[in-house]
Amino acid sequence: MNTYAVRVIYKYEMLRAWETLLQSFASPVLSTSLYFVVFGSAIGSRIEQIEGVSYGAFIVPGLMMLALLTQSISNASFGIFFPKFTGTIYEVMSAPVSFLEILLGYVGAAATKSLIIGLIILATAGFFVPLEVAHPVWMAGFLVLTCISFSLFGFIIGLWADNFEKLQLIPLLVITPLVFLGGSFYSVSMLPPAWQTVTLFNPVVYLISGFRWSFFEVSDVSVGLSLSMVLVFLGACLLVVWWMFRTGYRLRQ
Amino acid sequence: MQSIVSISNLSKTYAGGHQALKDVNLDIAPGEILALLGPNGAGKTTLISIICGIVKASSGSVTVAGHDIVTDYRSTRSMIGLVPQELTLGAFDTVWNTLSFSRGLFGKKPDPGYLEQLLRDLSLWGKKDSELMTLSGGMKRRVLIGKALSHEPAVLFLDEPTAGVDVELRKDMWALVRRLRESGVTIILTTHYIEEAEAIADRVGVINNGELLLVDDKQALMHKLGKRQLIMELEEAVGALPDSLSPWSLDLSADGGRLTYTYDPHTAHTGISGLLQAIREADLVLKDLKTTQSSLEEIFVNLVKGN
Ligand SMILES: Nc1ncnc2c1ncn2[C@@H]1O[C@H](COP(=O)(O)OP(=O)(O)O)[C@@H](O)[C@H]1O
Ligand SMILES: [Mg+2]
Repeated sequence: MNTYAVRVIYKYEMLRAWETLLQSFASPVLSTSLYFVVFGSAIGSRIEQIEGVSYGAFIVPGLMMLALLTQSISNASFGIFFPKFTGTIYEVMSAPVSFLEILLGYVGAAATKSLIIGLIILATAGFFVPLEVAHPVWMAGFLVLTCISFSLFGFIIGLWADNFEKLQLIPLLVITPLVFLGGSFYSVSMLPPAWQTVTLFNPVVYLISGFRWSFFEVSDVSVGLSLSMVLVFLGACLLVVWWMFRTGYRLRQ
Repeated sequence: MQSIVSISNLSKTYAGGHQALKDVNLDIAPGEILALLGPNGAGKTTLISIICGIVKASSGSVTVAGHDIVTDYRSTRSMIGLVPQELTLGAFDTVWNTLSFSRGLFGKKPDPGYLEQLLRDLSLWGKKDSELMTLSGGMKRRVLIGKALSHEPAVLFLDEPTAGVDVELRKDMWALVRRLRESGVTIILTTHYIEEAEAIADRVGVINNGELLLVDDKQALMHKLGKRQLIMELEEAVGALPDSLSPWSLDLSADGGRLTYTYDPHTAHTGISGLLQAIREADLVLKDLKTTQSSLEEIFVNLVKGN
């Protein structure tokens, strides 16, 4: 294991985030805070409690997930796309590093960044709404698993994309709608029955439901199912990444 | 002596169907400077990229110090430093950070002392905290060399190190290459400048259209293919050559003031004595006389034409 390589990749990815602090951390935190103010405080005061939870608090887990997903994907995809784009990837390709080590460095850094963002958002949310976490270990588990799986997913997108358009395509056209329709702002049980069924095909529903359960013990689907779905997604991403590694996909001509 | 890099039957066909390398065989001795000389598109970068692990070979094999570059890539790559042809550098990194990154990437533990010495040798120490995008082209080239040397490689590949570089920097680069060789590093450089190969290489490989046409000691190559010319300046210009000189098929310059005799220095009988004798008998007075050797450029043109 080339641990020095993993360390420098991780370190310089984190350093890059630190140097663009405003963009990396401040902007996702700010935009999520705006959601709290608009939805939680302004609108939430006129909405009844959902399943015994005030609306302002109810939307916190979903908003955290929204930020985590988009941040994990964009961090990881940019992290690997950029060296590909500028050509500096040649150095990583010619170095004595395995794909696993590259993955640990880039995905590890991307996941760490989104984890930090998630925690800052959580702390910020505490200013706007009274928050209590019923199952901290589960919450931390969902948080970490989500950061890792979606950073892996972002890494795959970053490897696959050969231009900026493709890089934005999936996050914009797939992830954002899935998150908004995934029950961030409502409980699935509030939808008409037909739509409830449709919703169950949205993987993000399981993520948000499970994460919300760890806060308030209310959920749309059972927490076990949520966890399984996250693990299935993680497994799928690992499989794709493994295949990319085997074939040298988009890296070695 | 066991070769440090050994290339056998290496071929590469790119996805588009273009065959960039055709059955290349080459052995590189430890500590030598080998110049791969060839026009643009010859396959030089492809060859280097395969050895360094950036491009996959279609067939054939390469070993570095006896280790296979595919099955034992960790050993081979940690021995190799690569200075790419293009000036590919991140924009916002500092010189120091990018060198530290490279060293770590190649599995070496941090050694600020070594990096400092390296930057001083490359006259970059004063720029260690500068962002890469603020550097001039020549400095960027040196940063790339610094990155390639940051992990103390035994073999250094320089892909067209002096393309688009001014004369002064080129001389610096050559001096650097010689210093590195003295420290025991094996150097393989590609170039399409003959003077470069002539100035610094121990051996020269000529590559064209994906084929390695020949590899030989620079001296031997000149010896084998180099014609020599004897150039004679006349005291007084002549209108035409006397018939007695016709066996030597001399060239007379337009102004009638210079005779050129082209001969092969490696044959037993060069005909020089006879020529000088005949010149004296023809009552021509020589003012000056010198010999020149054909440059690699001429050799190269002949080879490529013959192919
Ligand atoms: N990635 C690639 N895909 C397809 N063809 C390529 C690729 N890289 C190089 N080539 C082709 O292979 C040939 C050799 O290129 P290269 O090795 O870069 O030559 P050199 O370095 O000697 O100029 C050229 O004809 C070039 O167009
Ligand atoms: Mg080239």
